[in-house]
Amino acid sequence: MYIYDELDRTLLSERVSEFRGQVARRLSGDLTEEEFKLLRLQNGVYLQLHAYMLRIAIPYGTLATPQLRMLAHVARKYDRGYGHFTTRTNIQYHWIKLEQLPNAMADLASVGMHGMQTSGNNVRNITTDQWAGVTPDEIEDPRVWAEVIRQHVTLHPEFSFMPRKFKIAVGSASHDRAALRIHDMALRLHRNGAGELGFEVMVGGGLGRTPFLAQTIKQFLPTRDVLSYVEAVLRTYNQFGRRDNIWKARIKILVHDLGPEAFAKEVEAEWLPIKDGQLVLDPAVVAEIRSRFQYPDYERLEDSPKELKDARAADERFSQWVDNSVSNHKVPGYAIVTMSLKPEGGTPGDCTAEQMDAIADLADRYSFGEVRVGHEQNLALPHVAQRDLYALWRGLDRVGVATPTVGLVSDIISCPGLDYCSLANARSIPLAQEITRRFHDINLARDLGRLHINISGCINACGHHHVGHIGILGVEKNGEEFYQITIGGRADEKARLGTLIGPAVRYGEVADVVEDIVAAYLELRARPDEIFLETVERIGVEPFRERVYAAR
Amino acid sequence: MTSPLDKKLKITGPVLVTANRTRDGAVIYRTGDGGWTTEFGRAHVVTSAPAATELLQAAIADDLGAVGAYVAPVSMQADGSRRPGNLRERIRLAGPTIEMPIASGEPVAVGI
Repeated sequence: MYIYDELDRTLLSERVSEFRGQVARRLSGDLTEEEFKLLRLQNGVYLQLHAYMLRIAIPYGTLATPQLRMLAHVARKYDRGYGHFTTRTNIQYHWIKLEQLPNAMADLASVGMHGMQTSGNNVRNITTDQWAGVTPDEIEDPRVWAEVIRQHVTLHPEFSFMPRKFKIAVGSASHDRAALRIHDMALRLHRNGAGELGFEVMVGGGLGRTPFLAQTIKQFLPTRDVLSYVEAVLRTYNQFGRRDNIWKARIKILVHDLGPEAFAKEVEAEWLPIKDGQLVLDPAVVAEIRSRFQYPDYERLEDSPKELKDARAADERFSQWVDNSVSNHKVPGYAIVTMSLKPEGGTPGDCTAEQMDAIADLADRYSFGEVRVGHEQNLALPHVAQRDLYALWRGLDRVGVATPTVGLVSDIISCPGLDYCSLANARSIPLAQEITRRFHDINLARDLGRLHINISGCINACGHHHVGHIGILGVEKNGEEFYQITIGGRADEKARLGTLIGPAVRYGEVADVVEDIVAAYLELRARPDEIFLETVERIGVEPFRERVYAAR
Repeated sequence: MTSPLDKKLKITGPVLVTANRTRDGAVIYRTGDGGWTTEFGRAHVVTSAPAATELLQAAIADDLGAVGAYVAPVSMQADGSRRPGNLRERIRLAGPTIEMPIASGEPVAVGI
């Protein structure tokens, strides 16, 4: 858990006062909407179909239980009793009133939370692996570096009005859970041949209308240079990124147009003069930031304790959940627990105030008061003693966040779509709900194995459909919702974009098409443990196209 | 920023002007007497480009009361009643097409 200092608290308090004044001036007519819009967006306030929407940053997806309880309080007091966790590990409230926003923000600021840089053409919330600091396959906790960068770019005047938004992700595990390659800039911590720590730097990833995977422009950047290099990339983008066309303004277009090598040269030219200047990271500064990430005082425990074995033997549902939702921890006797926000027929990522409070209570009792948010729109408890898993599971099951389908066909990533979003062309959520109903048989879902479905309600791709194993994109044709289906995408360390398998289908056909794709996979897979993605990669898209579209 | 007034309106059927209320974001419709209503049935419906332009101009001029005014289609039913003319407007009127996570609380939809 990261501990904020007085500087952070003062900054947030001043920001709330400033925003309170801006809202008052807007409501009295002293500010026009044109003047106010930029100010509200700088605080994460959008206007959606039905109401204003407030987006709150959850830096590197880490929440302390007082923060989660405050999110529940805000949902209850200012919204409609729930919030929506997003693919950027933020939370959104969809029914907030402008006149109540300053009070909501003041409440959030009391626990160090805010909406700054969750909108606008700046560096957005920096994301990472939701298992950071606890997964056995990482080099070190990447959140330290995310925090170093966060502090540098927060309200940085030079990077507050860039050509477009800029999303950074940091990872350090062998398995990429942070979807690094779909970010404007990604930093992967690794060791070079001499055993020194540094970053592989990737730039130019992004989905949307023109999807690209980030390209590596530097294989090894010493950690001491991370701020100067990030600054050089941002400056290069600021200078050369297009401001004349919103659809071509993201860094991915610049990197693609120049080519990664030429872009890297421009960055290098920008970087060399500042490389050894003020931005060199002082180890004492890094140590100070690292010291503010507090880790639990773990007990000395054994793996697979008797309590766990007995409970698994006695309760099949629990055992099934352990197989699906519990992962290895770097400390013996502990586990990482994923809490599914994807119940059958539910809205992916939605969490009620009651669930948030219950999770906070369980986290205090069983996870040292810490909760994580992942880009798959699920939550995690990072420090659970294995002996406590059964008691924890009963608590999670009671509030509906123990659906044992993590990573399976029903664990759908979905944007809010046309049910909420003013940008959307088509609905996403009801499709996700229908697909979870079609695959409610847990035995079938387990037999299918790992299968990620991603749904976006428009080309902006907030549901990351391009990198779904099955990707679904809503479009509008003559006033009707249609959906393009891609297969074979993935967001992990072998990231790739999916391939379109045929003409767009109507709303009512989408779940049928998904069932047909799954049926084709069952027919075509080489062996039961060949997952969907492996089958697509082995035989290509065409056999799926033939089977799915033959009858259409 | 391009104003909706900079775009030439093409009107092929009945339309109204809608926006979100500034203080709370609620969906509102322009009335014939120069005000706003949350009731769809009380919205002023016009059928020509000049009338729609005039309605929109007046709506945009009320910068204090409403945000993002635009012209939206209306579908007239055989029985004389009216419905929003597309899915987006139906959702804005009636709320999300999905069951809400919380049954209690304020009604999702405003108006009829």
